[in-house]
Amino acid sequence: MNVPIPNPPPPAFASLRRTLALVYKESVQILRDPSSIAISIVLPIVLIVLFGYGLSLDIQQVPIALVVEGSSPAATSLAGSFRLTRYFNPQTVPTLHAAEILLQQRRVLGIVWIRQGFSRDFQARRARVAVLVPGADVNRDRLIQGYATSVIQQWSQQHAGRLGVVWQPGATLESRVWFNDAMRSRLFLVPGVIVLVMTLIGALMTALVVSREWERGTMESLFVTPVRAGEILLGKTIPYFMLGMIGLALCIFSATVLFKVPLIGSVWVLAFASGLYLLVALALGLLISTVAKNQFVAIQVAMLVTFLPAFILSGFIFDLRSMPSFIQAVTFVVPARYYVAILQTIFLAGDVWAVLLPNGAVLLAMAVVLLALTRAKTRKRLL
Amino acid sequence: MNIADASTAKLRCAHVHRSFRRKNGSMLRAVVDVSLVARPGTVTALVGPDGAGKTTLLRMITALITPDQGSIEVAGLNVVKSPAAVQAMVGYMPQRFGLYEDLTVEENLNLYADLHGVRPGDRAAIYEPLMKMTALAPFMHRLAGRLSGGMKQKLGLACTLVRTPELLVLDEPTVGVDPVSRRELWEIITRLVGDNGLTVLMSTPYLDEADRCDAALVLYEGRVISDGPPKAMRDLAAGRVFRVSPPVGQTPRYMQARLMAQPGIVDAVPEGGQVRCVTATGSQTVNPLANLMPQAAVPRFEDGFMITLPQKPHTDSSANAADHKTPPDKTPVHNSNKNQTSNPAASQDPVVEVHDLVRRFGEFIAVNHVSFTVRRREIFGLLGPNGAGKSTTFRMLCGLLPPTSGTLRVAGVDARRAGAAARQRLGYVAQKFSLYGHLTMAGNLAFFASAYGLHGRKRRERLAWAIEEFGLADYLQILSGAAPGGYKQRLAMACALLHEPELLFLDEPTSGVDPLARREFWQLINTLAECGVTVVVTTHFMEEAEYCDRLIILNNGRILAQGSPAEVRRHATAKGSQPPTMEDAFIAIVEASAAAAGGKA
Repeated sequence: MNVPIPNPPPPAFASLRRTLALVYKESVQILRDPSSIAISIVLPIVLIVLFGYGLSLDIQQVPIALVVEGSSPAATSLAGSFRLTRYFNPQTVPTLHAAEILLQQRRVLGIVWIRQGFSRDFQARRARVAVLVPGADVNRDRLIQGYATSVIQQWSQQHAGRLGVVWQPGATLESRVWFNDAMRSRLFLVPGVIVLVMTLIGALMTALVVSREWERGTMESLFVTPVRAGEILLGKTIPYFMLGMIGLALCIFSATVLFKVPLIGSVWVLAFASGLYLLVALALGLLISTVAKNQFVAIQVAMLVTFLPAFILSGFIFDLRSMPSFIQAVTFVVPARYYVAILQTIFLAGDVWAVLLPNGAVLLAMAVVLLALTRAKTRKRLL
Repeated sequence: MNIADASTAKLRCAHVHRSFRRKNGSMLRAVVDVSLVARPGTVTALVGPDGAGKTTLLRMITALITPDQGSIEVAGLNVVKSPAAVQAMVGYMPQRFGLYEDLTVEENLNLYADLHGVRPGDRAAIYEPLMKMTALAPFMHRLAGRLSGGMKQKLGLACTLVRTPELLVLDEPTVGVDPVSRRELWEIITRLVGDNGLTVLMSTPYLDEADRCDAALVLYEGRVISDGPPKAMRDLAAGRVFRVSPPVGQTPRYMQARLMAQPGIVDAVPEGGQVRCVTATGSQTVNPLANLMPQAAVPRFEDGFMITLPQKPHTDSSANAADHKTPPDKTPVHNSNKNQTSNPAASQDPVVEVHDLVRRFGEFIAVNHVSFTVRRREIFGLLGPNGAGKSTTFRMLCGLLPPTSGTLRVAGVDARRAGAAARQRLGYVAQKFSLYGHLTMAGNLAFFASAYGLHGRKRRERLAWAIEEFGLADYLQILSGAAPGGYKQRLAMACALLHEPELLFLDEPTSGVDPLARREFWQLINTLAECGVTVVVTTHFMEEAEYCDRLIILNNGRILAQGSPAEVRRHATAKGSQPPTMEDAFIAIVEASAAAAGGKA
C-alpha cells in the first residue's frame, strides 16, 4: 500500500474543515439518535401541551359551600351574587356544620357564611360575612379569599343605596391587570415553557452527548488527531445551537397558534435573546461534561445545576419576590431568571427596552464568562 | 518515510514515572521508571496483564496524560512541550475502538480524513488500499455499530491510517477478537511495517504476540521486567522445551497438573493433545522428563518468560508466585490411583441439557439454535471471541435471562420455569469482580454464607473448608477490594461454592490475568472437577480449550464445533511437525464454512 502524502492545506482552512467535519458528524448523530429527537422535538410539544392545558393557576368555578342562615332579602341577594359569578360554583347548605362536612370531604374548597340577621346588620353597617378556607393550599386559598372579598364588595356597593344605607367608602378600590387582563395563567406559562426547552437542549443534551463520547472512548481517539480543543467545542456548540433554535421556533409556533398567546414584542428580539440564553446553557452543559465523564453523573449534575433552577428559581412559576431573601439572592446567579423576565416581557408587554437591555446584558456577560471558562477548562488531556 | 529519519528513533522514553491517587488516598504507581526506544520500521510490543501500566504508558506517549517524571520524545519532539504536534502525527487506537457507532464505515473514515486534513480529492486513492487490506469495502455504508468485533477493530485501524502516521500506537488491538480477525490484523500490521516502513507500538496481554514483534517489553505492576528482542527470550528456553504425550487413557490436562507439581519443571501446559513442558535446567543435566519420551519443541517467548519469572523480585504478588506451584501438593488428589480414562468421574448423566436455544435482542440473534449437553463432573468450555454469544448463553443457563425459544434443563430443573430452584444448585462467578470491595475477605464469606442460608455447624464447616481449600487464611482481614488479583478470584470462587453447588459457572475467569495466575486458576478448576463439581467455563483464549474435557466453539451465535479438544482439533491439518493448535482449528473451521457458503452462492 502506498499512501500518497497530500500537501497540507493552509492552517485556517484546515481548522475550518475540521470544525465542519465535527459539525457534520454531530448532526448526523443527532438525526440518527431517537433520544435526541425525543428531547428536542417531542419534549417541547409535550411540555407545551402539559403546561397549556394541564396546569392552570386560574380560579374558575371553584366549588364552595354557601351557608345562608335566615332568608332576608339582603342575604338572598348576596347569595345570588355568588351564584352568578363565574369564579364560584356554590352549593347552598342550611348550617355551618353541614358545610364543614363538605369541606372535610373535599367536595368544596371554601365556605361563605352569611349569618342570621344579615339584613339587619347590613343596615346598621356592621354586617359581617365569613369566608372560610381550609389552608391546605395557601396559594389557592388566598385566591378564593380574594375573589370572595371582591364579590362581597361589589354587592355592597350596588346594594347600599337601594337599601337606604349610606355607603361611604374612603376610597374605592379599582384594580386592573394591565398586561394580561383576563388573568389567564396560560399566557405566562406557555412562554415560560421555552425556558425549560432551551435548558434541556442547551445544557442537558450537550452534557449528555459529551459524556457519551468519554464513555465510549471516542473522545480519546479524537484527541490524538490534529484537532484543537476549541474546534471540538465548536463542533458541539453549533449543532446544538441549531437544535435549540428549532425547539424555540416550535415553541413560538405552538404558543401563538395553538394557545393564542399574543406575541406583542418582536420575534427577532425574542430570537436574539433566546440565542444568548442558549449560549449560556450550552456553555454550562459543556462545563458540566468536563467534570462528569459518564452519562449518569452528567445527567444528575445537569438536572441539579440547570434544569431545576430554571424550573423553580427563575420566576417562571413561583414568584421570586415572595421567596426568603437568601433564596432571592441565589436566584441572581440563575441565568434562567433573566431569560424568563425577557420572555414574559416580550410576549405580554412588548419590546420594553428598560427590561430587555439590563437582563440581556447579564445574559451576555454570563455567556462570555462561561464560554471562556469552558474553553480554558477543555484540554486535550485525560487527566 | 524519508531516509534521514531512519537514523533517529521514532519513540524514546527515558525513566518515565506516573502515579495516580486512589480513592482511599494512597498512591498507585502505575508506571515506574520505564525506558524504551522504538526504531523506525519496527513493531514493539508492550506485554502484560491488566493493571500492568500498559494503557497509562501509551496515553503518556500520545500526550493524553503527562508523566510525573522522565521524558518522552516522538520523532524527536518532546511530548510534554508540544503535545498538539505529537497528537497530529501519531496514529492512536484506544482500547475501546474509538469509533462512532452511529456513523457508517465511510462516515467514520471521512471524519478522520477531515480531521487529518486529507483533501477530498486524495481520498479515493487512500481508501482503496485500506479497504482492500481490511476487507471492509463491501461494508462502506454499514453503521460501525453493526460491525463484528473484528471488523470494528480493523475499521479503527483504518481510521488511524487515513494518512501515514509517524508512529502507530495500538492499545490491545487483538483482545477479544476472533482468531481469524486476529490473524488478519497481524497480517495488516506486518504489511504496513514491511511496505510502508511504519513504526508500531502495541500493547497486548498475549505472550504469543510478542514472538511476532521486533522488540517486546514485559510490564508487570508498572515496571519493565524484561526488555529486548523476543529472540533473546526464546534463546533462554533453548533446549529446555519438550512435548510429552500422556499415556493411553490419560487426559493431557491430568498429566499437566502432575507435571506442573514436579520439581525441575518450570511450566507445563496442555497443547494439541500433548503436554508442553519447560524444564528448570538445560539439557546437559538429567531431564526430569526422560522416562516420558520427550520430543524437543521450538521455544517460544512464553517459555523464556516463565523461566525468568520466579527469579524476578516481586512486590505484593510474591506470595502468589511462590505458592502457585504448590496447589497440587496442597490439594489432596483423591483419585490419583484410579485409572485415568478420558475423564474418570464424568458419567453419561447430563447436568445441563440445552436444546435448540435461541435468544434474540430485537433484530439481532445473539444465540442461534444452540444445543449441547454437559455431563456430570466434567469441565465444559464455551469458547469464542467477544460477541460470539458466550455470555448470553451463560445468563440463560443461570436463569438470569429468559430464552426466546428452545429448552434448557439445568441440574434436572427446567431453567425457564424454575430458575430459582436451579440457582440453588449452581454457583456463578461473574466476569468482573462482583463481591463487596469494602468488606474484608472474611466479611464477604460470612455474607454469602448467610445469603445461601447456611447456619450452625454446617456454616462453620463450609467456611473452614473454603478458607482451607482456597488458601485464604492469611488474607481474611484484608479488604477484598485491596487484595491481590489472584486472591480476589479465589474469594469469588470460594463464595460461589459455599452452598456446595453441583454445578459451577465461571464467566471469563482468566481474561486480563497474568500467565501465572491463569495457570494457577486452571489448577483450581481441575481440583474442583476432581472433587466432583461440574464446571462450565467461558474463555476467549483458544488454547485454554485444552484444559476442558469437552467444549463448544461459538462464533456469531452459532456452534462452530463441539466435542473433546482432540475431536475439535481434528478439523485442522497439522503444519509440519507441530500438531495443530485450537486456534488453527478455529481458523480452519471458519474458512471451511466460508468456503461452503461461497460454494452455495
